Amino acid sequence: MEFTLGILVDNEAGVLARVASLFSRRGYNIQSLAVGPTDDPGTSWITLRAEGEDAVRVQMQRQLGKLVEVVGVYHMTEGISVERELALIKVSTGDRRAEVMQIAQTFRAAVIDVSPSSVVLETTGDRGKVNALIEVMHEFGVLEVARTGAVAMLRGPGVFREDVEDGRAPPDDLRKTETR
Amino acid sequence: MVETGARTLLRCLQEEGVDVIFGYPGGAVLPIYDALYDSSIRHILVRHEQGAVHAADGFARVSGKVGVCLATSGPGATNLVTGLATALMDSIPLVAITGQVARALIGTDAFQEVDTLGVTRAITKHSYLVEDAKDIPRIVHEAFHIARTGRPGPVLIDLPKNVCLQRVPVVHPGAPPGRRGYRFAKEADPGAVEAAAQAIAAAERPLLIVGGGVIHSGMHESLRRLMQAIDVPATSTLMGLGAVVGTDPRHLGLLGMHGTYAANRATAHADLVIGVGLRFDDRVTGSAPHFAPKAKIIHFEIEEAEIEKIVRVDFPVLGDLRYSLPALEEAVERNPRTASDASRSAWWEEIRAWEEHQGWTALTPMELGGEDGKLLRPQAVIQEVYKATGGDAVVVTDVGQHQMWTALLYPFREARQLVTSGGLGTMGFGLPAALGAQMAQPEKSVWLISGDGSIQMNIQEMATATNYGLPVRVVVINNHQLGMVRQWQELFHQERYSAVAMTDLPDYRLLAEAYGWKGLRVETADGLREALAACAEYPGPVILDVVVEPQENVFPMVPAGASLSEVILEKPQPAVERS
Repeated sequence: MEFTLGILVDNEAGVLARVASLFSRRGYNIQSLAVGPTDDPGTSWITLRAEGEDAVRVQMQRQLGKLVEVVGVYHMTEGISVERELALIKVSTGDRRAEVMQIAQTFRAAVIDVSPSSVVLETTGDRGKVNALIEVMHEFGVLEVARTGAVAMLRGPGVFREDVEDGRAPPDDLRKTETR
Repeated sequence: MVETGARTLLRCLQEEGVDVIFGYPGGAVLPIYDALYDSSIRHILVRHEQGAVHAADGFARVSGKVGVCLATSGPGATNLVTGLATALMDSIPLVAITGQVARALIGTDAFQEVDTLGVTRAITKHSYLVEDAKDIPRIVHEAFHIARTGRPGPVLIDLPKNVCLQRVPVVHPGAPPGRRGYRFAKEADPGAVEAAAQAIAAAERPLLIVGGGVIHSGMHESLRRLMQAIDVPATSTLMGLGAVVGTDPRHLGLLGMHGTYAANRATAHADLVIGVGLRFDDRVTGSAPHFAPKAKIIHFEIEEAEIEKIVRVDFPVLGDLRYSLPALEEAVERNPRTASDASRSAWWEEIRAWEEHQGWTALTPMELGGEDGKLLRPQAVIQEVYKATGGDAVVVTDVGQHQMWTALLYPFREARQLVTSGGLGTMGFGLPAALGAQMAQPEKSVWLISGDGSIQMNIQEMATATNYGLPVRVVVINNHQLGMVRQWQELFHQERYSAVAMTDLPDYRLLAEAYGWKGLRVETADGLREALAACAEYPGPVILDVVVEPQENVFPMVPAGASLSEVILEKPQPAVERS
């Protein structure tokens, strides 16, 4: 079972290494990992996709929670969060460029580079959409794919940071209901 | 006022209450050693950095304070690795300080450069690379806070040489650091404690399992009161020994792979397991899916990640035992027993029957041997050490058969009386840890029970003992074998003894002489008793080489991967095949 974790961390040197080292040390597989600073330069947000049963996920969350730089670990389920991924897809067009462009348009993918024999498409969406576009492009010839991995955010007005900046614990109620 | 980063470091260590550090100098830590030259902190010069970290560990285990060790960059730092992992596994509070090449050289493969943070990331609770000497007060303060709070553990501070030389204003660390990401459990949820108390009241066959957390938290008195109030049989993990008085009739002894017959059978038949401050290590649980199959499990634990990591838990109580054990004491008083007296006395009867089935306890005199051409029996040698020390020595062990015999046959009365590498099982831990223990308790008699394999792994620390006049007493249970490995080869590898013979052992008497120790060797019963008395009397470090029967095995035993109910008391015929 695939799942997404949102991890709020101090934006410090070595944080990513610690998270990655924990995953290799505990034998967990990371499917994708996206990290970047938030609007607060002292804080980064990591979106991590991994696979495992519920018990494995709970262990992962708790092990991550032990890291001193980790402020909070949240299970970003579909119900409570939105998720997007960006992909660049280099497609061999041959003499069928018009067809490729038309399909790209259907997928609302942008054409960001054109050469006589290829185009680079940029698409944003959930994994299903990105996978579908890549699948369709196989008919023409996919030369290369670069994906960012998923980034996720809580739906609605709630934010994780608010709780943290107040000096209160991160939203434990959410964390507990999600981890139990 | 300004000072060097090195001086800031020592000043901050003092402000944390550090009066002794164990270390070894080198190029990258020259500025720190220069500052130590006229510091009031006592520096113990070990003979190998591994000795420094184990000594700091032994010091921490006995004193309950944070142990501190110091090593240079590169090989100095990598020599700490085993000790850091040892401390992490057993939740021992350490601060390790390593030198690092100057900031400008980091990443250039400079002389004695190693990515110390990278190497130690998985074996520390936390670690720091100091970029600016101005950060030293905050980092040192935070490192000690993290090492000693929550579930304790080792924290490493990597200090580049230029940072140690940097001149900075004198700053005192302020209030405890508010690291927003560093949280640890304190008070338990009252509902969880109440639920546990109700389960205890209703239990017909309850069993208390005592882990090292009871000792780390200093809550052994509370636990002893509880054990009495509930009138519950108790068993201990290796790390938990001493929390409960070892000679208490309610204490069934060690649990797990080499635990007593009664402790293992009781776990298999209990209807309620009350686990306090333990992590259900595989050496304790045997086959985890078959652990305590008839029992509901209560788990008092400070680290959330340990709850349900290995075994299912019915009543998790997340919290610091300093809060949750007194809360449980009160809750138990509010919830008088609902289980019938008959059911409880039947449980005690079953337990006593298992004890009888084993046929011996730690205090049952065993055949000593050492007469009429028979060699000394190692189990009885441990009993003799117990007698010679009046049962109240600080006992340090190495790792192997002698360690398990000590755990089984030396009943510990006090918390922090046993110092042993449980989780990592580090051979070579003993001698340096004994030196640290002796530093922590100069008035107490510190005995190291070691083996002929383990003792050689950090034998160079004999010189440290002489250097600082640390009168540790070392008993080598000498079977001329790597006994535990030999035992497994005998039982599970069809007696194909591969690389276990310790041939050409040094003569420990001559070694003692060379290092300025007293050295003795015995092969007879009378000789043993005399020699142990001589060891107890001798004012300096002494090593006693006890030649024992080489074929003895540690029993009881639960074969690896088996359930605790499969505990055996002797070599099975034919030998079981299990890895």
